[in-house]
Amino acid sequence: MLDLTPKTLADRKALRINPCKTCQPVGALYAALGVHRCMPHSHGSQGCVSYHRTFLTRHFKEPAIAASSSFTEGASVFGGGANLRAAVKNIFDVYDPDIIAVHTTCLSETIGDDLNAYILEMDIPDDKLVVHANTPSYVGSHVTGYANMVAGFIRYLADPRAPKGDRIAVFPGFVNPGDIRELKHLLARMGKDFIMFPDQCGVMDAPMKGVYEMYPDGGTPIDDVRALGGCRHVYALGHAASEEPADVLDKKCRVPNTVLPLPVGVAATDAFVMAVAAGGAVPEDIEDERGRLLDLMLDVNPHLHERKLAIFGDPDTVAGLTAFALELGMHPKFVITGTPGEAFVHRTEDILAGYGVGDCTVKAASDLFELHQMVKNHPVDLLVGSSYGKQIAKAEDIPFVRLGFPILDRYAHSYMPMVGYRGAMRIVELLAGAIMDRYDRDCADEDLEAVM
Amino acid sequence: MYAQILEERRQSIGTGGDVGRTRSIRCETASVSGAVSQRACVYCGARVVLNPITDAFHLVHGPIGCASYTWDIRGSLSSGSELYRNSFSTDLQERDVIFGGAEKLARAIDEAVERYRPPLIFVYCTCIVGVIGDDVDAVCRSAEARHGVRVIPVKAPGFSGSKSTGYRLACEALMKLLEGHEWDGEREGVNILGDYNLAGEMWIIVGYMRRLGIPVAATFTGDASFERLLRAPRARLNVVQCAGSMMYLANLMEETFGIPWVKASFFGLEDTSTALRQVADLVGDDEIRRRAREFTEERSRETAKLVGPYHGRLAGKRAAIFVGGGFKAISLVRQFREMGMETVLVGTQTGKADEYEVLGRLVGPDTVILDDANPAELERFLVERGADILVGGVKERPLAYKLGIAFCDHNHERKHALAGYEGVENFTREVASSILSPVWRHARG
Repeated sequence: MLDLTPKTLADRKALRINPCKTCQPVGALYAALGVHRCMPHSHGSQGCVSYHRTFLTRHFKEPAIAASSSFTEGASVFGGGANLRAAVKNIFDVYDPDIIAVHTTCLSETIGDDLNAYILEMDIPDDKLVVHANTPSYVGSHVTGYANMVAGFIRYLADPRAPKGDRIAVFPGFVNPGDIRELKHLLARMGKDFIMFPDQCGVMDAPMKGVYEMYPDGGTPIDDVRALGGCRHVYALGHAASEEPADVLDKKCRVPNTVLPLPVGVAATDAFVMAVAAGGAVPEDIEDERGRLLDLMLDVNPHLHERKLAIFGDPDTVAGLTAFALELGMHPKFVITGTPGEAFVHRTEDILAGYGVGDCTVKAASDLFELHQMVKNHPVDLLVGSSYGKQIAKAEDIPFVRLGFPILDRYAHSYMPMVGYRGAMRIVELLAGAIMDRYDRDCADEDLEAVM
Repeated sequence: MYAQILEERRQSIGTGGDVGRTRSIRCETASVSGAVSQRACVYCGARVVLNPITDAFHLVHGPIGCASYTWDIRGSLSSGSELYRNSFSTDLQERDVIFGGAEKLARAIDEAVERYRPPLIFVYCTCIVGVIGDDVDAVCRSAEARHGVRVIPVKAPGFSGSKSTGYRLACEALMKLLEGHEWDGEREGVNILGDYNLAGEMWIIVGYMRRLGIPVAATFTGDASFERLLRAPRARLNVVQCAGSMMYLANLMEETFGIPWVKASFFGLEDTSTALRQVADLVGDDEIRRRAREFTEERSRETAKLVGPYHGRLAGKRAAIFVGGGFKAISLVRQFREMGMETVLVGTQTGKADEYEVLGRLVGPDTVILDDANPAELERFLVERGADILVGGVKERPLAYKLGIAFCDHNHERKHALAGYEGVENFTREVASSILSPVWRHARG
């Protein structure tokens, strides 16, 4: 399919080809699904929400609910206030959520709808809530939208007068329910009293019970979002996804924070564990998990050492995977994200410099056409990223590991962690499996051995 | 407890007992604000119809989302170019929204021509393009003159109607393409309209035509190419499979080129055979009619033999259908009947009033009929009517599974052809594999 991609790189100023990002609202929708009994609401045309629900369903294999203001020609001229009022009333009447989380779209942003004013003037039932976030589709990416929606909840709900206690909060970043479960496991082993926010566990990996629950048993309870204001400290994971919400919470409620990279690999997981332990002891079974990971990394070293790889996807995920690849002795050659922002480039280059790797191309606001051209010119041993990499992998015959978002052509990924020591073990299994499968596929018959 | 049915929605929900007799279904209207609609938008409608044109450059003018979500999603197969499977966009940024995106669009077209030299470019304008005041017509005209390729704007802001509006826009774009290609010579064969070659279905239909000796001039738009589309005016008849998306084009082509049309469904044994015989009657000589009779009889017999063993295990099961268009829904009801299954719920995203009337007459008095359903309504009626399987699209799949109901995709994610005789076999297998999955043993206490 990609045999038209030319090897010669030429300047492109206007044309985006095969993007490595999508628009803010889908991230906002995903964030809102991480709050208990929340109905995400898209303030725009009805097609937006249909695409976003489909997109999330394709990744998570779960129902993804959200309502829409269903803009008409009239709304696009006179503003969407009436649509939003009607929508909020209908949603509470029919679907009965506890909270509606409205995000904007390119359309409602461009016509200048003032959501603050709309929501202030609205009749909202006493025991119900409506919050919003501005998520213009022409700024940033889905990761930006996620961060904005998380910040939006905090702006509306986090209570500066919440009693200060010993609880901590963790912002998990734009990750799968499997990752959040792994974070919870680490926190529970360390005996921490914590608020996970947002928390898509139970919502985007709801168990099959023979009933459909529009609001399954999961998501951060609204009271916990309020109680964020009283937390002792916030650990915000992933700069792109969690730094902004942590800042907003600090400004509003004076809750100090530590922004950490996503805990992918040894050092980043260490950093998370040590930060959360805050000088206290780390339980032995977590030390053991770490020890098992190191054991595995040594075992697999001969197969991964100095292997060249290209990594693409969302900034926090890609930065984490790059760091772990370096820890495994691998050699990242191309590291790209579609999300704009040079901070990602600087942070990733610092990580690479720490391992003395100076010949890796790191780019933000890139796309998969460009990545394809890069690997055409400088072949790699492994490609790591979302399902959209499969065409490149096939065209260039590169082993391919699916990690990140979205994964549309495989199963079980959303239940499995990438973070923590056990998540790292899973990554090793995937990386080494791909490379060793390739060896077995390509080697001469006499070299094919049961023992490797 | 079931969710309430919204007052405004009541007129869109009926039963086989009343629809077409004492009342009609309210349809072809905008979704209610606040509804968790399963529906898509104008852009989506236009894009899905035009996207299977394989050598066209499909350029989305707008912020990135709409290009991302329609990237290689449809499962339309190509025997030639794969250009259409990429995602191209102007990826509008904040400064473009403030200063206008027309210049960026012109440049993106230049960059596209430079890299790919496509014979045809569609420029899809999404929600904000009109609002920020880009003169897309002018950009497209001047690009056409500059590069000597067709550059056709498809102005499809999501708020300007429903998915059906998008179908119409796509049909208009196709007519624009055919302008100036009238045919005065002798006419021959048929065009096939409204099949998108999902899992190779267009190839199956074209194969049947070839078998009967009926030439196919052009296909709209499954596995279509620019050059082949231009042959469309030479055909004697338009065979319309997905009526929802293509009746408008059939009517336009009748007015402009004098080509009559016939609706034909290739889903199910009965409908496939009827369709083939009908086409043979309309454009064939005695020999072709004889072939059609023999071919359909032979294939029906063979297929019945192949699917026979499944029927015993499926008979008496209850089916629910929620698909895009009404014409397909009608075929599916018939197909389930052939399998000994009763349809207890049937709904569509964009069905038309006359199609709901046909459905009303076709189904039993207790069967629920509904337009533009939301998950709460689907849940309620699926459970209430005791459906064993739901046929739908990607958003309905996990809903069915959560309810402990089997599922069959009849939308973009099907990987097996469901059209023609091959399709009857595949459909039966898929329905059976989901209904008979051993997982249900553990799931149902």
